[in-house]
Amino acid sequence: MARHVVAPVGEIPAGGCKLVAIGNRAIVVFNVNGEFFALNNRCPHKGGSLALGYRTGLLESPEPGEYRYSRQGEIIRCPWHSWEFDIRTGRSWCDPQRLRTRQYPVSVEPGSKLVEGPYQAETFPVTVENDYVVIEA
Amino acid sequence: MTSSGAGSIDCDVHPTVPDLRALFPYLDEVWRESIEQRGILSFESASYPPNAPITARPEWRGANGQAATSAADIGRHVFDRFKSSLAICNCLYGVQLVLNEDMAIAFTRALNDWIAKEWLDRDERLRASIVVPMQNVEAAVAEIERLAPDRRFVQILVLAMQEVPLGRRQFWPIYAAAERHKLPLGIHAGSSYRHPVTALGWPSYYVEDYAAQAQGFQSQVASLISEGVFAKFPALKVVLMESGVTWLPGFLWRFSKYWRGLRTEVPWVDRPPEEIVREHFRLTLQPFDAPAKPDLVERAVAHLRSEDMLLYSSDFPHWQFDGNDPVPAGIPEGLRRKILVENPIATYDRLKTDRPQEGVR
Repeated sequence: MARHVVAPVGEIPAGGCKLVAIGNRAIVVFNVNGEFFALNNRCPHKGGSLALGYRTGLLESPEPGEYRYSRQGEIIRCPWHSWEFDIRTGRSWCDPQRLRTRQYPVSVEPGSKLVEGPYQAETFPVTVENDYVVIEA
Repeated sequence: MTSSGAGSIDCDVHPTVPDLRALFPYLDEVWRESIEQRGILSFESASYPPNAPITARPEWRGANGQAATSAADIGRHVFDRFKSSLAICNCLYGVQLVLNEDMAIAFTRALNDWIAKEWLDRDERLRASIVVPMQNVEAAVAEIERLAPDRRFVQILVLAMQEVPLGRRQFWPIYAAAERHKLPLGIHAGSSYRHPVTALGWPSYYVEDYAAQAQGFQSQVASLISEGVFAKFPALKVVLMESGVTWLPGFLWRFSKYWRGLRTEVPWVDRPPEEIVREHFRLTLQPFDAPAKPDLVERAVAHLRSEDMLLYSSDFPHWQFDGNDPVPAGIPEGLRRKILVENPIATYDRLKTDRPQEGVR
């Protein structure tokens, strides 16, 4: 596992995401209200790109006819078959134990720290004034 | 010839109303006169035309062509010949087709009273389903409340195809009553003929009607689950009767697969439909719709992925099989035992406590 600087924090707004390539892996980085989460972009069902999915919340029901909607923006629906995945964990809603997409650790680091780093894959200039999204993959 | 079904509980036998006049003692005068005046001859529906081969095995027909017209008929065949210890009567007289609600209620009550008097009172091994007038939900609940104290009534009987899908909330008072009295909802093949029996429109032939029943059953399974009936009534059990069996696994695969992408439409369905079906649904054995080869039967049954779902039935007097054994060859021995006795007892709460002692006939 190596650490990769994938974006300045300001590049991925809350509710947005960025698809990055690390080696031959496609990883999608989501911003959930200022928290960042990185998932393997490939839906474990048939391989749909989660970066192109529909961003939604968690819909549950205490009983028929009652709708409990929470965690707006924390669920991604695969664009191909609408299976839902929890952006915080990578687990599917329909079969959370067996069906999930891989999650990678993410951190936000100040540029001042990164210039010293053993960090890889910067394709943009890193400056000491900015914060950066770093994933371990 | 002997049957290896000794002690079995037959979950689907059909008493035949020999003549509409048989119900006269249980009807008010206004309805008796109405029948005479209008010249109503019978309530037999097109589901089981009297002379169709499937309606009765030839050797079981009496001189007038009818079969199962008395408790003694069931005694002779189901108890003496198939060696069952109990049998549940599901009367399929077409009271569900009546459009006039008052008339439907009167005829349904009469039918249930006739079953109690002419069948249940005549053989203590008989049980029955409560026929309910689905034309009026309030009246259906009232009929359940009226008969539930008689513990020989072990189930509520509705038809696979009626005016409105069974999952709709308008019917929930019926399911509340079912749960309250621990009566499974029995859905039997048949139609109240409010709509064509296929989704395409009216078919031309009886064979299409009968073979397409599985479509109706599939839609009812989907309706009951999708509308959230089992989220609301977690103790409710549903028995699909004369439904066939082998269509179910393929349908469940599709239903569960699509649920994964569409489950936010029905957020109260919080687990795969196939799990809900295995917990809440049961199916009677005959007609068993698989090839006769035992290895294929075994494979077909394995696709249910549950040993709890099948309930023994002869479907007497319908002509679904020949010989004396309604259980098709290929059913493994352990499962056979469950089908014959354990599964019916686990399904019908009232059979647990009200079962005659072993050997009592």
